[in-house]
Amino acid sequence: MGILEVKGVGKRFGGLQALGDVNLSVAENTVHAIIGPNGAGKSTLLNCLVGKLIPDTGSVMFDGQSVLGRKPHEINQMGISRVFQTPEIFGDLTVMENMLIPCFAKRDGAFRLHPFETVANERALNERALQMLEDLNMAEKRHMHAASLSRGDKRRLEMAMCLVQEPRLLLLDEPTAGMARADTNNTIDLLKQIKETRDITMAIIEHDMHVVFSLADRITVLAQGTPLVEDVPEKIKGHPKVQEAYLGQAH
Amino acid sequence: MFGLNPRDTRFLLIVVFLTLATPLLLQPFPESSGLAQFNAGYPDLMQRFAIFGIFAIGFNILFGLTGYLSFGHAAFLGVGSYTVVWMYKLLGYNILPGLVLAMVISGLFALLIGFISLRRSGIYFSILTLAFAQMSYNLAYSVLTPITNGETGLQVYSNDPQVLMGANAPTSPHIFGLVMRDSVQLPVGDWLFTFNIGYYFCAIVAILAFYISLRIFRSPFGMMLRAIKTNQTRLNYTGLNPRPYTLAAFVISGIYAGLAGGLLAAMDPLAGAERMQWTASGEVVLMTILGGAGTLMGPVLGAGFIKYFENIFSKINDNVLHAWFAFLPDGLENFLVALMHPFVGKGWHLTLGILFMLVVIFLPGGLIEGGQRIARLFRRRPDSDSRHQPKPAPHVGE
Repeated sequence: MGILEVKGVGKRFGGLQALGDVNLSVAENTVHAIIGPNGAGKSTLLNCLVGKLIPDTGSVMFDGQSVLGRKPHEINQMGISRVFQTPEIFGDLTVMENMLIPCFAKRDGAFRLHPFETVANERALNERALQMLEDLNMAEKRHMHAASLSRGDKRRLEMAMCLVQEPRLLLLDEPTAGMARADTNNTIDLLKQIKETRDITMAIIEHDMHVVFSLADRITVLAQGTPLVEDVPEKIKGHPKVQEAYLGQAH
Repeated sequence: MFGLNPRDTRFLLIVVFLTLATPLLLQPFPESSGLAQFNAGYPDLMQRFAIFGIFAIGFNILFGLTGYLSFGHAAFLGVGSYTVVWMYKLLGYNILPGLVLAMVISGLFALLIGFISLRRSGIYFSILTLAFAQMSYNLAYSVLTPITNGETGLQVYSNDPQVLMGANAPTSPHIFGLVMRDSVQLPVGDWLFTFNIGYYFCAIVAILAFYISLRIFRSPFGMMLRAIKTNQTRLNYTGLNPRPYTLAAFVISGIYAGLAGGLLAAMDPLAGAERMQWTASGEVVLMTILGGAGTLMGPVLGAGFIKYFENIFSKINDNVLHAWFAFLPDGLENFLVALMHPFVGKGWHLTLGILFMLVVIFLPGGLIEGGQRIARLFRRRPDSDSRHQPKPAPHVGE
């Protein structure tokens, strides 16, 4: 029984069956990759997991509870954090403030009216935020505006914001999309570091094979809205069905 | 001190000093000089500075922090005024019950309007608030005449109950016997300083309002509001629900507006529907943007600036202009007067409009940004290589 159980999920947009009958089980403390060519339904599946879309059929259970019908902030409070394809951070705020917001969200829940407390007086939270920045080598940039960070640092900051919440499941939506090779390798190293130093479950959506094979414990290949195969990376590499989905049928 | 760090405490003390010394600071020119007409140290205008300062501080908590642009805040101003006048009519001229009730009722009203309007964001939110404010204006103007006394405006009549009025109680707004319109005049040489009780009451309330807004700016709540302005998607996926945060900001700013409206009626016991009109809502938007949205002092500066223009520039008519340029040959004098005529007197809106355009184009951060740029010119050390260092984020609210 995995921490995330997806059973028979289907989603239709008008005449397009974006997701067929998707079954997926992500085991705790593993890195599970979901790969597939463009239009395979990867992002649709992810959006069904975080509450942005509601599937037409099937169920999504996280730690024994259904996430369907819950709003994104409620699903986050259950312990699922999400990293976006293009980093979503609070650009007008400083790096440190960016880190403090998830800390407050974790401690105080989805809403708390605290107009007479002072951010600077919250010692424990400030220390925790700073510690996380140090872990990801960003501490010296804590007074900078988040918007003025480089693309790689924005990605790093977004990752730090997710990790500081100590999520039970971290979802990554194409974390290396649009990156140069060097940046991609940096991101892979960062993810490896996270994987090795923390007990964390990650689900990565990606179409870059290089990223997937260097990180994942298990891989699900998605094509045209349905899972083709699910196995360990070594078996996926030479699998004929995968070759077919990516390269088209041999003539 | 007061739960603030040393830097903010110093800032607050400067604000307190400036507010209390306003009757002196705004009276720089001797009475007999030709510049005396630029003096702004008379009670009516100083009260307006403080009251509209409160209005703008509250508006800034909504607009400056969350970025939700409300075009209907004058509705709360009007509600506050009507509440206070009704308390005069029912209870008596003590302003305290009216002001408290004005804050409660405008807060409830804001809760209702905010709950509905905040279902949308951006331009749709602005239009919804505008629609609500215009509805309120029209209700006050015609339909609700029994409550608002229609276009005449609400005022106190001699046959009103005023059940709490003592035999010797003052017959104009007061707080426990201190009559708002009473003043002490202090002639010093050729200068005349007026210390008005009404102004000082408004000033103390304004300082409190400023202090609360300062605390909100520094609180986690304030940080969340700024996060809403920057990126709602990230906020949602960080486990925070933006709706109650924006609603709380809306209600707080509505309470500020109700308080300001109540104070208007506390200085002058009248309430009219025109106080709710969309031009009044637009004015507070102008004040906030002119001064610097999202900064602490900006909205107060903007409010002072606009009220000064409204009261001082509008008084410069052709006769005054002729007197100024009397030393020039007639032809040139007439030419200059004709040139300046559209910009002063009734044309003060034109000058204000041009200034507003210049500020928005060249100083998007408002007058505060202008001040910061000037300060930076003086502070820059010639040999520092600060330009090559990563720029630290500006301290909020400087």
